Amino acid sequence: MDYLLLLITVFPIVSALPLMLPIKAFDCRKTVWSYALLSTLVTFLFSLIAVFNFDFAHAGAMQLTGSVRWVDAFGLSFGYGIDSISLWLMLLTTFLMPIIVLGSLTAVNTRIREFYFWLIALETFMLGTFVATDIIFFYLCFEFTLVPLYILIGVFGSSDRLRAAKVFFLYTFTGSMLTFAGVMYVVYINHLTTREWSFNIQELYTAAAGMSVTEQAWVLGALMAGFAVKVPIFPVHTWLPLAHTEAPTAGSVILAGVLLKLGTYGLLRFALPMCPEAVVEYAWLIGIFAVLGVLVTALICWVQTDVKKLIAYSSVSHLGFCVLGLFALDADNTGAVGSVMYMINHGLSTGALFLCIGMIYERFHTREMAKMSGLGRVIPVWASFTVFFVLASVGLPGLNGFVSEFLTLIGAFLSPSNVLGFEYAAFAGMGMIFAAIYLLYMVGKVIFGPVKVPDVHNEDGSHDLKDLNGREILTLLPLAAGCLILGLFPYNMLSSLEAPVGKLTQAGKAAALQEPGLVQTDANGTPLRLVLDDQAVTNVNPTADRAAER
Amino acid sequence: MHKTEIIEKVAGLWPEIVMLIGATACLFIGLSKGKGPRRSTPWIAALTLALAALVVCKRGDAGEQALALTGIAHYIKLAVAGVGLILLMVAAGVPNRLRQTLDAEAAREFEPGDVMTGEFYAFFLLSLTGVMLTAGAGDLVWLFLALELTSLPTYVMVATSRDRIEAQESAIKYFFLGALSAAIFLYGFALIYGATGSTEFAEITRIAQEQIAANNNNVPGLLLMGIVLSVVGVCFKIAAVPMHFYAADVYEGAATPVTAFLAFVPKTAGAVALILLLSLVGWPLPAPIASLIWLIAVLTMTVGNVLGLLQNNVKRVLAYSSVAHSGYILVGLLAGPAVNQAAGGALGDGIAAVLFYLVAYGLGTIASFAVLGCLRAGDREAQTYQHISGIHKKHPFLAALMLISVLSLVGLPPLVGFLGKVYLIGSAYGAGFIGLVIILVLNSAISAAYYLRIASACYFGEPDETVHSAGMFGRTAGALIAATLAIVLGVMGNGLVNASRNATAPAMQAAAPAPAPQVQFSTAK
Repeated sequence: MDYLLLLITVFPIVSALPLMLPIKAFDCRKTVWSYALLSTLVTFLFSLIAVFNFDFAHAGAMQLTGSVRWVDAFGLSFGYGIDSISLWLMLLTTFLMPIIVLGSLTAVNTRIREFYFWLIALETFMLGTFVATDIIFFYLCFEFTLVPLYILIGVFGSSDRLRAAKVFFLYTFTGSMLTFAGVMYVVYINHLTTREWSFNIQELYTAAAGMSVTEQAWVLGALMAGFAVKVPIFPVHTWLPLAHTEAPTAGSVILAGVLLKLGTYGLLRFALPMCPEAVVEYAWLIGIFAVLGVLVTALICWVQTDVKKLIAYSSVSHLGFCVLGLFALDADNTGAVGSVMYMINHGLSTGALFLCIGMIYERFHTREMAKMSGLGRVIPVWASFTVFFVLASVGLPGLNGFVSEFLTLIGAFLSPSNVLGFEYAAFAGMGMIFAAIYLLYMVGKVIFGPVKVPDVHNEDGSHDLKDLNGREILTLLPLAAGCLILGLFPYNMLSSLEAPVGKLTQAGKAAALQEPGLVQTDANGTPLRLVLDDQAVTNVNPTADRAAER
Repeated sequence: MHKTEIIEKVAGLWPEIVMLIGATACLFIGLSKGKGPRRSTPWIAALTLALAALVVCKRGDAGEQALALTGIAHYIKLAVAGVGLILLMVAAGVPNRLRQTLDAEAAREFEPGDVMTGEFYAFFLLSLTGVMLTAGAGDLVWLFLALELTSLPTYVMVATSRDRIEAQESAIKYFFLGALSAAIFLYGFALIYGATGSTEFAEITRIAQEQIAANNNNVPGLLLMGIVLSVVGVCFKIAAVPMHFYAADVYEGAATPVTAFLAFVPKTAGAVALILLLSLVGWPLPAPIASLIWLIAVLTMTVGNVLGLLQNNVKRVLAYSSVAHSGYILVGLLAGPAVNQAAGGALGDGIAAVLFYLVAYGLGTIASFAVLGCLRAGDREAQTYQHISGIHKKHPFLAALMLISVLSLVGLPPLVGFLGKVYLIGSAYGAGFIGLVIILVLNSAISAAYYLRIASACYFGEPDETVHSAGMFGRTAGALIAATLAIVLGVMGNGLVNASRNATAPAMQAAAPAPAPQVQFSTAK
């Protein structure tokens, strides 16, 4: 049993607790900020230790595992462990957190202690979702991320924050309640076959393999209800722009950088392996919504006048690619591997863009595109960073966005014809063009053109426009480095992702191919047995068992 | 009934006897002239509860064999004594503060001697005794008396809790509707007696089984009528549809700590009574009864949550939330014990889930009412969203407690309310009620809207100048303990889950060897 992951997960919230105690020193803004920075840096350090202890040769296996007792009688435990997917997402989270704290020094003026308390507490729950090997532990963290962000938006957001916080919470909570029902159903199926109540994800995969296609479809629907809202996929994305625009910069970065990935991570970790046949059957529908999301929200981006709203909608558009890649089920997992990498890349580049916009907002107290232009000549450092991240986001070859976006499209293109196909890739590809249009359009308006600077409100009351200071450059620099490194040397990450992604998509691919050796069907075509390469699923058809029971 | 049997029964009633002695002591000491002895009554009540809990623990294994449902009675008695202590902390001081609510003119006439400390705690203990007796009931007459013993003192508590006309109005409404419900379930009991010729549960169960078997596995009409009327009547105690109408008005009118009492104590008694009554026909319930409970559960959840959304008064919101939670509890009752499942963990046992959920719900709801009770708006109780708005700024501690309690009620992990939902949903799936699970989770989503509104008001609103803390240490401590337990039992829920599981274990053992899926709780012959 390894305690490292437990330490990484629990450390943030424990270190956040003193912020709520009546300690005089924390009344000073700098002290709280430094403390928060220290706490997040230590967590990052711990996660680096985890990277060094991680055996990349067996990236597909759960490593550094352990378990803490919770409710034995239910079979519930806080089980944890990481494969390389979790590892990279964990690293993304711990990497972003110090940057977010670094960028927030002047962004918050009231209730500073609480701000950092909820921010750091949120880190625990984000990490928890990635390290959980017990589905209820995952669900716990998945749900509880709502509370800190709810308060971050509701207390520290801008004018319409109350509505944004409420909509955000209720929207996602409603979806995830249905997910909960779906998860419990799989648990119940597992109970029927094994006579044990267990929430271990690995065991649930086995149990879920015995579900009929109809059952799988219902479970898929329930899982989608929660995860699609979180991603968000096209028709249920309406909460996101509102939440993004009202949230403080830190909240937006976390939301775009990590929280949206909980949805795609959930789809990959649960929907694909648990309901493979239903995924194959309904991939066209999910694909259509993903492509629609890419195109429609790209068009919506085009007409935005608020820079932050534009980036928020671009998130929806970009994550459409991610979903498309996940459900491609092509033979080499190009799509799914690209998607996982996309989660990381999107976290870096969009997170950075939100930080850039936050810096502008702190100076101008406005984000209206009409009110600013030609900023490149006034604040060149800021403009260079922004252009850099915009290019990363657009998918310029050499930067990170390109690699993953390209892979997801290839994945969709190579996808078996009964899942997705080239038409999805073709239409989604148009989204890349749109992305270039709306982002460069924004750059053209704001950074180039005649100089037009809105009123400046500095903290010290002065009104002269200053370019980025050292702290702000230090905030953006690691992100820029990340974008460049992942763009130039994506190979290591991609190769480490192949094994675990392959494991998760295996069942889906088998279902898509309908190879006789893999799926045995009875006379009616109902699949009886799904043989995975290293584990034979012993129990077969719980429906039959249940019929016998009655 | 044999003589020895009576002695055995009385021997199993030590906790109740202790409670009665305590109640009587409170009553008499409350009459004394000196202020000192009168002030000691809450301490006597606390001591009594602690002693009763101790006696339950001590006599847990032996001595209670004569009683039906040993495990459940044991669990409920312990839970009632434990939660009762928290309730006592919350309620302590209610009678002392009565006169502060008067206007200036009346305050001049205030006589310290008028403060009626004693009775309140006596009634408090008597009502809890009623729940304990309900849990130990093995006989219809006993059950009726125990249920009434639970309710009668609460009428007085409501009426005397505040010196305002609203309290009296509530009490009158509560009393008349309570009497009506008592008439309904008493009629039901009479019909059950008429159908089976016995008032003893063991005997009724046996005869009912024979009759059902003789009647093509249908419940004979008279028995069915009896059970249906009893169930509907007892629904009043748990505030389930169609007997929920009183809840909002009565909860609003009573002093907030008394409301907390109403939201937990009669509900526990009602839930236990329903377990007992339904066990007469056994699980899986016969079709007509199952449909009835299904319908009541769905209506109760939905009506409670939807009406909760429409309220502006937080006490009424919490009243409707308590209605909705009764609906969740009914889901567990419908699922019943996991008769046809092998022993594989606690999930799947609906009765154990109900026992667990009662405590989980009790902690959340008591904490939220206690926080509300800690606040005063001018010289009135804090009741509306306006009043709790922005309390975070002045009283961050109370706001945090409120946040925890509403999150536990909404069922957010890792709080105890979530484990309760896992338990209930597991049992509903186990019994095959998939539709009910979906309705339940959708209802949870609806309920999130008004719980969130409470949290939003506390955290994001602008403070109301007239609102101030009542500065009551006991009440704050009660809220703190309840909220802490909501976290602790959520993260380390093993103990409570095992306790609820073991509580129904005797029933499981009795049921396991039986060929028909019939639950027989009684161990006495």
